Amino acid sequence: MLRYIYGNDLCHFPRLRDTMFRDRADQFKRRLGWDVHVNEAGEERDEYDAINPLYVIWEKPDGTHGGSMRFLPTTGDTMVNDHFSHLTDGVRIESPFIWECTRFCLAPGADRRVTAALTLAAGEIMEEFHLKHFVGVFDPRMERIYSLMGLVPDVLGRVGEGRETIGVGLWEMHEDVFAPTLERAGIDRETSKRWFHDAFNQSYEEELRAIA
Amino acid sequence: MTTGLQDFLEDIQRVENFEEFQDATVKLRDLLGIAHVVYHWVNSVGERFGAGTYSSEWVDRYLEKDYLRMDPVIFGCFQRFTPVSWKQLDWSSKAAKAFYRDAMDYGVGNQGYTIPIRGPNGQFALFTLNDNTTDDAWDQLIARNERDLVVVAHEFNKKALSFDAQNEVQVGPSLSPREASAITHLAKGLSRSQAAVEMGISEHTLRVYIESARHKLGAMNTTHAVARALSMGLIIV
Repeated sequence: MLRYIYGNDLCHFPRLRDTMFRDRADQFKRRLGWDVHVNEAGEERDEYDAINPLYVIWEKPDGTHGGSMRFLPTTGDTMVNDHFSHLTDGVRIESPFIWECTRFCLAPGADRRVTAALTLAAGEIMEEFHLKHFVGVFDPRMERIYSLMGLVPDVLGRVGEGRETIGVGLWEMHEDVFAPTLERAGIDRETSKRWFHDAFNQSYEEELRAIA
Repeated sequence: MTTGLQDFLEDIQRVENFEEFQDATVKLRDLLGIAHVVYHWVNSVGERFGAGTYSSEWVDRYLEKDYLRMDPVIFGCFQRFTPVSWKQLDWSSKAAKAFYRDAMDYGVGNQGYTIPIRGPNGQFALFTLNDNTTDDAWDQLIARNERDLVVVAHEFNKKALSFDAQNEVQVGPSLSPREASAITHLAKGLSRSQAAVEMGISEHTLRVYIESARHKLGAMNTTHAVARALSMGLIIV
């Protein structure tokens, strides 16, 4: 299922959290060779994980991570504005209706259904929060995946070479992309909406007290 | 309502001191026809800055009881960036129930909607609307104005940030060269696709520059952004 979880609430999903950060290390450090930090626990985390981003995570039936991505509004601190403004013609992209999407990660062996489900989640976020665009930091492989999903990212600029290439680009989810995405993901819209609303109507304080 | 809120944006942008900032919350409350409007900023070192229409008795009571430590609105919104209807928050604890009853006694309405705001360098603020009404009426008011209220919330925040940077020279918004050319092309009557061709960029990139400029100009929409850029002398056609 799709989970929408703020960083501060990841503690309620320890298995999902730990497998996500480990899968990120595997993807970004080992497979893509990006210059990212992996801690002693074998997890890839950066400073943006520390500022309570919103994660979208595909949770497998066994409770582990199947794929994920990370969102932050561009009015606050973002990777694009902090590190990549030379790729955006010097424009500091800033609006409550443009969010940054980074660390799109797939667990080893994840199939296209997972990618489709994550795309769907991005679409739900866009619709529910009146967003206009996502600005992303991604590798060439992700560019191909986005295109396969019918999103056709608009790449503003790239740095690096070969597998270490990192691009900054824009993408959005048009209404007509929902139907094929739902079909690829094997999810109906009603279920997708239910996952979304359950996540944002959830309050974790009650659970905390129940545990205490 | 959009026209009213658009005019109101100009009112906030003219605000020069704290008293006028406070007046703006009153003006917005009356415009929306609700009980309260509150802007609240807690900075990284715990200093608070706020303005709003709650009674001074309630503000005193809140501080005296140290409600900040248990207020479900603060806990439910802190460090987030997606709006929350108070109904979605957890009011089930004894302390939260008592707090809620106390708030009602001091004139706070039963319905609330809080927009958390992220600013630069970890800055964080809350913008709240509050009223005494039914669930349906409240949901309708929010649904009608949801997007525009996010724009308004960020205008309040920008103004508060400008007060905080009191030592720096006060300047109005500035646009990057690309944003300025995008807005200039629109002001000249070019369509988005024509403007994109002129600038040698995709239409999608152009729309991002326009949206970014809209936010910097504190405009409600693209037309408003063009008008503001012209009136502020940021572009010349």
